[in-house]
Amino acid sequence: MASGTMQLNASSIREDFPILGRKVNGKPLIYLDNAATSQKPRQVIDSIRDYYGNYNANVHRGIHRLSEEASEAYESSREKAARFINAGFEETIFTKNATESLNLVAYSIGMQLGKGDEVVVSEMEHHSNFVPWQQICLKKGARLRFVKIDKEGRLDMDDLAGCLNRKTRIVSITHVSNVLGTINPVREIAKLAHDCGALFIVDAAQSAPHMPLDVRSIGCDFLAFSSHKMLGPTGIGVLYGKKELLDSMQPFIYGGDMIREVTFESTRFNELPWKFEAGTPNIAGGIGLGAAIGYLEKIGMENVFEHEKMLSEYALGRLLSEEDIKVYGPKKGRAGVISFNLKGIHAHDVAAILDQEGIAIRGGHHCAMPLMSRLEASGTARASFYIYNTKQEIDAMASALEKVRGVLTGR
Amino acid sequence: MNIYQEHILDHYSNPRNKGQIDNPDIYYKDTNPLCGDEVAVYARLDRSKSISEIRFMARGCAISQASASMLTEHVKGKSLDEVYGISSEDMLRLLMVPISHVRMKCALLALKTLQAGILVHMKGKK
Repeated sequence: MASGTMQLNASSIREDFPILGRKVNGKPLIYLDNAATSQKPRQVIDSIRDYYGNYNANVHRGIHRLSEEASEAYESSREKAARFINAGFEETIFTKNATESLNLVAYSIGMQLGKGDEVVVSEMEHHSNFVPWQQICLKKGARLRFVKIDKEGRLDMDDLAGCLNRKTRIVSITHVSNVLGTINPVREIAKLAHDCGALFIVDAAQSAPHMPLDVRSIGCDFLAFSSHKMLGPTGIGVLYGKKELLDSMQPFIYGGDMIREVTFESTRFNELPWKFEAGTPNIAGGIGLGAAIGYLEKIGMENVFEHEKMLSEYALGRLLSEEDIKVYGPKKGRAGVISFNLKGIHAHDVAAILDQEGIAIRGGHHCAMPLMSRLEASGTARASFYIYNTKQEIDAMASALEKVRGVLTGR
Repeated sequence: MNIYQEHILDHYSNPRNKGQIDNPDIYYKDTNPLCGDEVAVYARLDRSKSISEIRFMARGCAISQASASMLTEHVKGKSLDEVYGISSEDMLRLLMVPISHVRMKCALLALKTLQAGILVHMKGKK
């Protein structure tokens, strides 16, 4: 390790991940599908086992020891999640995942849209950040506009400015593209959106796991992310919302735990954040997410970002030096997600042959079909990195690509 | 067993019956949105309602291409009823490689497309 830097130690990190010890098709697993979901460290797995094994109970209800312990653990995870993005406790709502977070906003705020209102998303959105808007706009007679991307795969900021006007009510843009790895200038977008009186929503599913996040510094009104892409369990995610906005919003799901007082005629809702969390929540999930955040904070999000930057620069260098490989997205200033295609070979075949070598990548349209049509690709192969990945694994992927050529083209 | 067996790769790189037919009796095109595979089938029938000529155009992964090629060889000369009766299991047996759950749609796309074309043809005749 270089002295004086805070370079993270991937080899000691790897020891915390039991799954990295397994073999796939007789080869050591090389996991490069982190944009889909990350692996989980022992600390997260243990926290979930500890909850179910030692203090399993429902939260916020029972006046007994187990319920108190469970409530305490669950709510202290919320505190960690809030601190992780520099949000307030009341502004940090637990959901199922980023998709549900975005749907919550779309349903609660979107239902107030009317004819002539406009919603702005970009061409690089994941389906989860435009299908809800598309459907709400269809229902409400509002107009959905798409900000174009340029040749490099960056957001066209002139086009964004052109999409904004006094009718714009909502701007919802991804922080990092799950296909192109583009990092969007969210602070600048927040300012542009607010200048025309619109709300700004950030899909942080691909950024929260990989870089420091600060909702105050971004200046966004809402921000969504998932636990399972950042070392935590599936089935739990976060929606951040500004308190004054959340206070004025209708809940999206009704039921228990979100109620202050119910009569046969009406209901007074619970205070924030529970107002938006009807029903028994994913308690184990929340606790697991807390453990994941603790693990990431110990490493430091700056160091996580630097490690992945180093890996993606290395991988880009290797892939771009091959004549028959087309890499999508910007060449510089990007996150650790790299989409590519081998000339004349379908992404599924690339992924399937890499799998024979124990290497897990994604092949397909990555839930971004409009973007695929913009890129004129039916799909791409995608390698995405995290804290436990190494340069050697990227070398192994590059050699395995030789095998893909050999099998499918005889080259 | 690896799905990229010699016969699959052979049909992938040297597809049989690739091309189009002008004024076909049967034509249908379908896609598999999961991976963007695309297959179009063209067929001409003889007097006994059997497939006398069949061609396909396809874009996609090796499995979808090879299965289209193998299917066209298999159905030539067969009656529409026979072809319509080909089951997914029959198709998988024809491929002779283990197809995992996620690749199933790639493997069956050509068959489903051809059968949809037959259905359209039969309805049109009523």
